[in-house]
Amino acid sequence: MDQKRKVYADNAATTAVSEEVLEAMLPFYREAYGNPSSLYELGQEAKAPLERARADTAACLGAKPNEIYFTSCGSESDNWAIKGAARAQRRKHGKTHIITSAFEHHAVLHTCGALEKEGFTVTYLPVHEDGLVRPEELSQAITDNTALVTIMYANNEIGTIQPVEELGRICRERGVLFHTDAVQAVGNVHIDVKAQNIDMLSLSGHKIHAPKGVGALYIRAGVPIENFMDGGAQERGRRAGTENVAQIVGLATAIKRATETIDERVARLTPMRDKLIEGLSKIERSRLNGSREHRLPGNVSFCFQGVEGESLLLLLDMHGISASSGSACTSGSLDPSHVLLSIGLPHEVAHGSLRLSFGDYNTMEDIDYILEVLPGIIERLRNMSPLWDAIRQGKVNYDEYM
Amino acid sequence: MAYSEKVMDHFANPRNVGEMKDFSGVGEVGNPKCGDIMRMYIKVEGDTITDVSFMTFGCGAAIATSSMATELIKGKPISEALKLTNKAVMEALDGLPAVKVHCSVLAEQAIKAAVSDYYRRQGIDPAPIVGEIPECEECGCSV
Repeated sequence: MDQKRKVYADNAATTAVSEEVLEAMLPFYREAYGNPSSLYELGQEAKAPLERARADTAACLGAKPNEIYFTSCGSESDNWAIKGAARAQRRKHGKTHIITSAFEHHAVLHTCGALEKEGFTVTYLPVHEDGLVRPEELSQAITDNTALVTIMYANNEIGTIQPVEELGRICRERGVLFHTDAVQAVGNVHIDVKAQNIDMLSLSGHKIHAPKGVGALYIRAGVPIENFMDGGAQERGRRAGTENVAQIVGLATAIKRATETIDERVARLTPMRDKLIEGLSKIERSRLNGSREHRLPGNVSFCFQGVEGESLLLLLDMHGISASSGSACTSGSLDPSHVLLSIGLPHEVAHGSLRLSFGDYNTMEDIDYILEVLPGIIERLRNMSPLWDAIRQGKVNYDEYM
Repeated sequence: MAYSEKVMDHFANPRNVGEMKDFSGVGEVGNPKCGDIMRMYIKVEGDTITDVSFMTFGCGAAIATSSMATELIKGKPISEALKLTNKAVMEALDGLPAVKVHCSVLAEQAIKAAVSDYYRRQGIDPAPIVGEIPECEECGCSV
């Protein structure tokens, strides 16, 4: 097939390690390979950068250095925050209720599911058609038994940004711990854990040009939490294991860069996103998923009636475009994405979903190329689709979801 | 999940795709809730399927199995087309990922549904000839 160019439009899945991050990490694989817990010079050569990385990461979040714990990934941070804090609340206060939302990442949903098996009860707040939870519904869901609220900062699939500050304020007023998975939000929105009333926050390195295999968890000083891993005294004795110094330095380098350049990033990506949204909206019977206003600057999530997401991705790939879909066929399960179902889409529409997510290495030319290629792919698939045939003949109608 | 070269070939260049106007029989299986629908058209002269085409809404494997199934029955007697199993379709495509076996079952069902429709149009009860069209065992959906 005629392949003009390569467009990586799946930055919400992962990002390339930047040159700056790679350069920052290399010394810790070559010369400064010491164990930060060792007292001699080689160990201390690793210790100082590790603590600088902690201070830098803390500064990006408005936290104190001793509130930052390095982990292996965003999923680990979510697991630790939710299980660790929920169990501590049960032990100290006998509280066994957790509130989350219906469209969290599986790292949160399955962790809550695991706690249900331990006897916790979990309330799944509804997500509305705009891809947002309602603060008043959180307020109504909190009881005297509520140990913890965990609601994501920005959704990984449809890119909607939750009213975190308000959710945090409600939790603070009611004396309930508030955790947020900010894996997709870092570098795209200004995060200040103190001003936004956040008790715990998860983040991941590989979404912001650091490598895979490193993340962090902010735990506000004074929040009771169980240890994640028992062993040595690393991470204030709460997460044992020799620190992954090189990647931690990489993470800190990446988050520093990502945070310093938020305004530029938003200013650069927003017109790209909006041009793509405008262009794709012209395709007959298509819809943007989630609020246009409260949306990550690099996220475009669409559904196209009458086509199926996996075949859409395969054809895009043949044109050099890497993207993602919430269709059932890409996940290996029978149901399409829980995120799309949570905002009220029927299976028939959710199967035709496409997520395009952009970052620092994308350009307006990428958007133009996608707009050049995608309408033809949709048309090609619709031409062979009996579902599209039925839609066109008015035998079935999904227009209420458009 | 990786598709074989043959699957990708039939997905990228589907054979016998499109609507048929002067068909002798047409069958449709699957449903939109599960994310795949296959419609198969056949043209029958005497006892032979002289032409066949398909329209499919679904994943790469659904499109590829539809395409391969049409190739395997084109020009064949009806009796032979009815013997085509999902396994034969999969083998002809050099295999499918385990989660996609269900697509090959749909292809087998679509042929049977088209032949049944042909017999009904002829005023012949298809049940004794075509038999029951098996439920898709792979699909656990509640539709």
